[in-house]
Amino acid sequence: MRQRSLVILTSVLTTGALTLTACGSRDKDNKGGDSGNVTVTIGVDAPLTGQNSATGLGIQYGAQIAVDDANKNKAVPGVTFKIKALDDKAIPATGQQNATQLVSDKDVLGVVGPLNSGVATQMQQVFATANLVEISPSNTGVELTQGKNWQTTKSRPFKTYFRTATTDALQGAYAADYAYNGIHKKKAFVVDDKQTYGAGLSKIFKEQFVKQGGKVIGTDHVNTGDRDFSTLVTKIKNSGADVLYYGGQYDESEVLTKQLKDAGAKIPLFGGDGMFTPTYIKTAGKASEGDLVTSIGVPVDTLPAAKDFVATYKAKKYPGDYGTYGSYAYDATTAIIKAVGQVVKDGKVPSDARSQVVDAVQKTSFDGISGKISFDEYGDTTNKQLTVYQVTNGVWKSVKSGTANPK
Amino acid sequence: MNTLPQQLANGLFLGSMYGLIAIGYTMVYGIVQLINFAHGEIFMTGGFGALTVYLALPDGISMWIALPAMLIGGALVAVLIAVGAERFAYRPLRGAPRLAPLITAIGLSLALQQAVFNWYHVDGDAKSARVFPQLPFGPLHLGSVTVQSGDVFLIIAAPLCMAALAFFVRLSRTGRAMQATAQDPDTAQLMGIDTNRIIVIAFAIGGFFAAVAGVSYGLKYGSVSYDMGFLAGLKAFTAAVLGGIGNIYGAMLGGLVLGVAEAMATAYIADVPGMHQLGGGSWAPVWAFVLLILVLLFRPQGLLGERVADRA
Repeated sequence: MRQRSLVILTSVLTTGALTLTACGSRDKDNKGGDSGNVTVTIGVDAPLTGQNSATGLGIQYGAQIAVDDANKNKAVPGVTFKIKALDDKAIPATGQQNATQLVSDKDVLGVVGPLNSGVATQMQQVFATANLVEISPSNTGVELTQGKNWQTTKSRPFKTYFRTATTDALQGAYAADYAYNGIHKKKAFVVDDKQTYGAGLSKIFKEQFVKQGGKVIGTDHVNTGDRDFSTLVTKIKNSGADVLYYGGQYDESEVLTKQLKDAGAKIPLFGGDGMFTPTYIKTAGKASEGDLVTSIGVPVDTLPAAKDFVATYKAKKYPGDYGTYGSYAYDATTAIIKAVGQVVKDGKVPSDARSQVVDAVQKTSFDGISGKISFDEYGDTTNKQLTVYQVTNGVWKSVKSGTANPK
Repeated sequence: MNTLPQQLANGLFLGSMYGLIAIGYTMVYGIVQLINFAHGEIFMTGGFGALTVYLALPDGISMWIALPAMLIGGALVAVLIAVGAERFAYRPLRGAPRLAPLITAIGLSLALQQAVFNWYHVDGDAKSARVFPQLPFGPLHLGSVTVQSGDVFLIIAAPLCMAALAFFVRLSRTGRAMQATAQDPDTAQLMGIDTNRIIVIAFAIGGFFAAVAGVSYGLKYGSVSYDMGFLAGLKAFTAAVLGGIGNIYGAMLGGLVLGVAEAMATAYIADVPGMHQLGGGSWAPVWAFVLLILVLLFRPQGLLGERVADRA
């Protein structure tokens, strides 16, 4: 018996020792730099499995292509870039764990992500404390950059947080404008999924739609993961609404629109960029015909600068959907790469590299594949283009591009 | 327009599905006193089994031919997994303290979820919900009630399965053996009943019902996903307890009551003065579990009670 516990003790000690040495040697490898070559890691956080993963994977591989391009073109001499992609499953708490993990990895000088505004709220503080730059290609929640009281007094809560997507203040207003003036809808039923993104977007839509002169004749909320909307659909149908506005992601709205049309309510479902993915049409089938979304930027396939990006994405057969945020993830990653290029000279990473990268990103200005990339004093993109898309013959067709002037 | 008939129908359709899944919980509990928490996942694998069969069939095949094949395929997968779980996960623990099989069930549930999740990713696409084929006709309009094509299958299949099960348990030799095992497994064995066989049959029937529910879920909502079993399983378990766990009629009744209660609460609670905040779709699970707590407080044995004499 004594001998057996001795054996266990020895093996535990050996394992521990081996692990420790392994850790040590890995650090040495990365920082070694005998050839003057360092590896800089760019973290990616997005939902890569389960809910929202179609658009989340678009972010991961958008960033991957940016890194591959930078390594191929030797964008920063002496620096090899690497992606570290973590899956937040669209759960705020998981996002926060991932943020902590990225912060503790000394090689990470910037993070792209997350997809969901609700996840971002849990990650911002972690990155701010560590002075690590975070650029989201898709967060549209207004308070992330302009503070809780953005409607009266704007104040930026975190100076490490940036985004290449425009905000819901504009997106919701643009949707309300198009619903009222573009397709002449007067009575809206508004549903949201209670998440930071969905609830925020539908609130702005409601306000702006009323200001346009429309009427909101009913509101309701759903839970993420819900599949049965029959009671809600009956309510909408009997309310006499001529448009349903949904603030949330495609996972619920694709089922909602199907049940809505099956119940005989022939009104379009109008949503935000969280729904703008081919998966929506694939699942909802014919029921999605005529449904509308607003999305950030202009259609990626019409951008001449994004041609190579789209071709690479398709050629490499990456999973997920590049159309929604892929080009924004590419540009967000490029912004970090360019900032690293200004900070890391001759393959030497300064000790305060992270805070220097934050400053460099704030000042960045270049022509990305989705348009001009630069950030205002809140960390918001200065590119405020929006586009309305409609399902026409089973694909998203852009119907109107422009920018919004909230009333 | 009066929405009450439509909302009632909505609740009944949802409730029939809960009831079908609840049968699996209640039968297994009635015979071996085990809460099979992996049952929600068996329901999920039933849906995926049917989808796999559909994808294997030639493109453009009529749903009228495909549907029976899908049902058989889904049932085969679900029954095999249910029986396999009994044989390899639960039977070795038959004499163990009751906590051990319960934890095993939870572990099995996670394992099944992850297995489907990892195995089932078609053409490298994201692992989100899978599109499920639909019945080739539009919704039916009966007066002021609209019945979706997916619900048509449910309202035919659920009562049919229930009636068949009731006859089987009451009239067949095996059914009577099940009742005997439920009452007293030791004495039943002494009387020459092969209790192991009876337990396997209980698991198999539960798996079959879960597969029927899985197929109707796919037809009703147009998609199946690897995590659909969790909430559905929880609701069905609630239905089983609500109706009186161990009682097969209770399971079906509990399902219907739960479905209707959810629909009514979602549709009408917001209209009660002062309750506006508590209405709407996002509160459905809250009202479902409030109902469960009330029933457990005032009638701990469930609606139909645990009729010891006949709890197969």
